[in-house]
Amino acid sequence: MRSRRRDGSVGRSRLWLRDLVSEATAGLLARPSRTALTVLGTVLGISALVATLGLARTAGSQIVGQFDALQATSVTVENRTEGFFGSGPQISRIPWDAEARLVRLNGVVAAGTITRVDTGGELVRSVPINDPLGQSEFAVDVYAASPGLFDAIGATLTTGRFFDDGHDTRRDPVAVLGPGAARRLNITRVDQQPAIFVGDTTLVVVGIIDDVRREPVLLDAVVIPEGTARRLFGLTAPAKVAIRTELGAARLIGGQAAVALAPNEPAELRVVVPPEPRAVQEAVESDVNTLFLVLGAVALLVGAIGIANVTLVSVLERVGEIGLRRAVGAARRHIAAQFLAESAAMGLIGGIVGASLGVLVVVAVSATQQWTPVLDLRVPLAAPLVGAVIGLVAGLYPSWRAASLEPVDALRGGA
Amino acid sequence: MTPVVELDGVRRTYRGPPPVEAVRDATLRVDEGDYVAVVGPSGSGKSTLLSVIGCLDRPTSGRYRLTGIDVGDLSDGELAALRGRRVGFVFQAFHLLQHRSALENVEVGLLYNRTPRKRRRWMAREALERVGLGHRLEFPPRHLSGGEQQRVAIARAIAPRPSLLLCDEPTGNLDSKTSEAILGLFDELQADGLTLMVVTHDPQVSRHAHRVVEIVDGIVSEAS
Repeated sequence: MRSRRRDGSVGRSRLWLRDLVSEATAGLLARPSRTALTVLGTVLGISALVATLGLARTAGSQIVGQFDALQATSVTVENRTEGFFGSGPQISRIPWDAEARLVRLNGVVAAGTITRVDTGGELVRSVPINDPLGQSEFAVDVYAASPGLFDAIGATLTTGRFFDDGHDTRRDPVAVLGPGAARRLNITRVDQQPAIFVGDTTLVVVGIIDDVRREPVLLDAVVIPEGTARRLFGLTAPAKVAIRTELGAARLIGGQAAVALAPNEPAELRVVVPPEPRAVQEAVESDVNTLFLVLGAVALLVGAIGIANVTLVSVLERVGEIGLRRAVGAARRHIAAQFLAESAAMGLIGGIVGASLGVLVVVAVSATQQWTPVLDLRVPLAAPLVGAVIGLVAGLYPSWRAASLEPVDALRGGA
Repeated sequence: MTPVVELDGVRRTYRGPPPVEAVRDATLRVDEGDYVAVVGPSGSGKSTLLSVIGCLDRPTSGRYRLTGIDVGDLSDGELAALRGRRVGFVFQAFHLLQHRSALENVEVGLLYNRTPRKRRRWMAREALERVGLGHRLEFPPRHLSGGEQQRVAIARAIAPRPSLLLCDEPTGNLDSKTSEAILGLFDELQADGLTLMVVTHDPQVSRHAHRVVEIVDGIVSEAS
């Protein structure tokens, strides 16, 4: 007890915490609509912060989810020495039956070879005549593929069909066109069995690709069966194998594919297993977070200024009340404590309501986007605390003003 | 017996410019049970004298003892505690909290002087019954007449059982009939042993007092 007691009668005034809380509550409830409007600023700030943090986290997880599904199932095998000129005289270690060998592995969903065909610079055209008025010949890449490739790269069709094992075995002169190639060759339907010409070679178009999830070079190419390519263009060996695995099996298959394809010299093959997606996830999150955090902080700053402003107005309005409280024994610190408690309470309420709204926003947006809402639990739990601290800081100046009023002046100043 | 109020050569000067000597060399003694009216023209220093006596303000020089305690020795906080316990204030403007009930308003008078919560409620109820408002406990001030509002303010002032009741123009906002009722209440309180000082310029008020102290240009003198 620091107070100097004289005659055992003069102590210090005191205000119990419970009384402070009820006085502050009464002060806030005296003007409920004003309190509500003041709190609104903090509500917006906190809810913006919580919602953006939550949405950033949620959206980040969804993006990564898509990357995961594609990446975690993609394995590519190439010749170590291949790659400078596409197909060439060099020896390929990939056997013709690569597809059959790979689909036997447990964990492989689909596999197929893809090889660029050397057509000797022949242009591709869709009509067997030379039209002097318009361009009718195009430099379109020709790729040879095994039938399983389309499944392995997630290709979809606009129209027609893919070629199958039968075409491949019979070495039929059929082709599937990428959408870009089809547009250039002006082929939109296949029910009339349109023909295209690669140099003097005639191919029947059986299907047009809509989209692929891997190997986008096929979007602008003519794709023919591997057997056909061997017969018509003298293809010597497959250059590359694309494998689609079960989810999570990519690394396992990556380790087995080379041995399955070239048991004698697996080291001659280069197996590409995509990197772990962790780094991608973190990059996305930090970018989005920084932007949204700044926005939320600005909103909070505005909210804090609102609280400071209203508390200051409240002090000026309640000068008479301050004078009275001083007259009945309140020390300066009690006056300061009351206004600080009021502003902190406004911040706290703003924090609680804002956190709730923010979580609702995250859930609502996730529901409409069919995302899984992901939220760090610490964020909504810390939000009320942040709100209270902001309210407290905002109330510092007004409560200092209130406490520094002289009781005589305060009593004279307000009715 | 220790006097309730003991002023000894008290001066209160407001620093200028120009400096104003609101109270000059006041010497006054008020004993327990006294009923003193302080009269004087406006601007004569009545309110300053009241502020000093009520420990809202300190004398610039001289010595003031309230119930034997020299206020010159006290810190700001101790002064607040002293007036919270020993002095009850009644103002012309009532100074009631508009959004709180009569009972809560009276409780504010006990809020800062270490009275436990339950006892506060009990003492406030008792004080309101004492001023004849036992039937208006939950009424907010705006539902009370002017006279009733002043009674709530008086209840707030007497609830802590102060040594001194200081009233600054207590009937200034009331009509004469209501004033008379309030003055009657003061008479009763004084009869119960309370010490009263009433600042007024209303002769109706000073007639009730047993002593009249006049202050003119800051100089305090006892009127006979």
